[in-house]
Amino acid sequence: MNTPADLRYTRTDEWVKVEGNIATIGVTDYAQDALSDVVFFEAVVSVGDEIRAGDHIATLESVKAAAEVNSPVTGKVVAINENLASSPELVNSDPYGAAWMLKVELSDPSETAKLLAPEEYDQYCQTRSH
Amino acid sequence: MPEPTIFELSSPGRTGVTFPTSDVPESPLPVDFLRSDLPLPEMSEVDVVRHFTRLSKLNYSIDQGIYPLGSCTMKYNPRVNEMVARFSGFTQTHPLQPLETVQGNLYLMYLLQEWLKEIGGFAGVTLQPAAGAQGELTGILIMRAYHVDRGDTRRTRILIPDSAHGTNPASSAMSGYEVINIPTDPRGNIDLNFLQSVCDDRVAGIMITNPNTLGLFDQNIIPVIQAVHRVGGLVYGDGANLNALLGIARPGDLGIDIMHFNLHKTFATPHGGGGPGSGPVGVAASLVDFLPGPIVSMVEEGDEDIPPFFGFVQPAKSIGRVKSFFGHFGMMVRAFTYIAMHGPEGLRKVAENAVLNANYLLARLRNTYHVPYDRICMHEFVLEGRWKEVPEIIALDISKRLMDYGIHPPTNYFPLIVHDALMIEPTETESKDSLDYFVDAMEKIAFEARTHPEWLKEAPHQTPVRRVDEVKAAKELVLCCQPIDRE
Repeated sequence: MNTPADLRYTRTDEWVKVEGNIATIGVTDYAQDALSDVVFFEAVVSVGDEIRAGDHIATLESVKAAAEVNSPVTGKVVAINENLASSPELVNSDPYGAAWMLKVELSDPSETAKLLAPEEYDQYCQTRSH
Repeated sequence: MPEPTIFELSSPGRTGVTFPTSDVPESPLPVDFLRSDLPLPEMSEVDVVRHFTRLSKLNYSIDQGIYPLGSCTMKYNPRVNEMVARFSGFTQTHPLQPLETVQGNLYLMYLLQEWLKEIGGFAGVTLQPAAGAQGELTGILIMRAYHVDRGDTRRTRILIPDSAHGTNPASSAMSGYEVINIPTDPRGNIDLNFLQSVCDDRVAGIMITNPNTLGLFDQNIIPVIQAVHRVGGLVYGDGANLNALLGIARPGDLGIDIMHFNLHKTFATPHGGGGPGSGPVGVAASLVDFLPGPIVSMVEEGDEDIPPFFGFVQPAKSIGRVKSFFGHFGMMVRAFTYIAMHGPEGLRKVAENAVLNANYLLARLRNTYHVPYDRICMHEFVLEGRWKEVPEIIALDISKRLMDYGIHPPTNYFPLIVHDALMIEPTETESKDSLDYFVDAMEKIAFEARTHPEWLKEAPHQTPVRRVDEVKAAKELVLCCQPIDRE
């Protein structure tokens, strides 16, 4: 399992990359592996929307299951990855790169300190594997 | 496909029947209703019969072998049910006939309602819902009507354990409620502490599947129900797993306020290609007035000389009709027959043997497959379809390989709280011999996974259609039964 050291994580398997006051959001390698082949992506928010941490921001469907993506942060949506709707398989092939989902302008950059560090997320995933 | 579609077999001008010269005056259809662009297949009768006979041979059904599809209760459908459903007194009637000419049908529906009330421990039952998911929607609409009727409009949330059926959150969301996910504790029960932390006056109710989708009886069921009732919420029970409880425990007695029955699971009416389903809903006394109507009722009691008269009544605060006419009557006849043939003792034996069969399989498979929530199960259980030493093998590969052994795969990848879940429900109608055959196949597959993993990866080998491309099937939908123009 791949858990890049420069990202923060949630218990619902989203990752966040913070650059200045912009947070980029996607789902983790663990999530894409658990879902298997992703066949559908739909953002349920639009550019300009104000969202809060925990809000449902996108829906993923794989051949196994449907899953909700929740925002790890609070702020304003400034970009949505338009490629993902037509190429949802990017979530499997490049979860931390080409499969970024949303960029959010943070209303409180200190909020990301509450998210899981890479080693905490790894540990959390270990406990889930029964 | 080894068999073309009926449209591809069509040949212009072929017909199946020749009509005699009309002996009544012709009455042409209105011109507006006539279409020339109606591409119906044109075939002879024998070609139609052969086409569908060939298709039936490509199919797999409970009449061919074990069908351990978890949470679906694919039990054998007794032939006597079919025989009774074909009585002309049932088949030659129409729901718009005058009531006095269909008293037998109404009496059957009335008795079935009474029996389901008795079996589930409820005060009222509607037979209308077409299947389980519609029963759930009906139940949630009843829940909302009950709160709104009391002027209690603050309730916007429904609690759903993560071991509940996947349709539960969908039914809640469709009814406009916010779904609050409740985690499972390490024993496989509803996490009581978490539940209590979200119980407040915003909760309209909870939807519980018990036994849950891990096949475990929720040991916290009483405190869970009490916690939700204490804050004024209602408890919906998903009746899909009622087969484990028949004649032993009554959901109504546990405090469940609303529950749907799956006649096509528990009461052996055909499903999985043979449908339709049927999802009657039972409710506690406080909710009887909200049931969908009309409901069959004894409108005149009768006496020694005159039989009772059955008709329809509309509950006082009914949420309205949820299905055209009165529901799937043919399924009611089959379920009625099933219950009548078993009687109370027989129904109890159904549950006892369903639980015994599942525990027999679990005991024999426990050493070959990892069981994440391992305790005495009810009518089904969940294994992990993967092994550390062969990481490339996933649950899907095991299921596909089972098809080569002539066995229908179990439910895959549900519940989501178990990795590579294989949910196995043998039902009570399998003999020890067929259970042993299933275990042997599962053990052989576990062995093959180590010695010849490609046999699993490339499975199925013996079926008319080999491994299908599930990604393509999900992404490139073809919602059309006519041949695609491939030019």
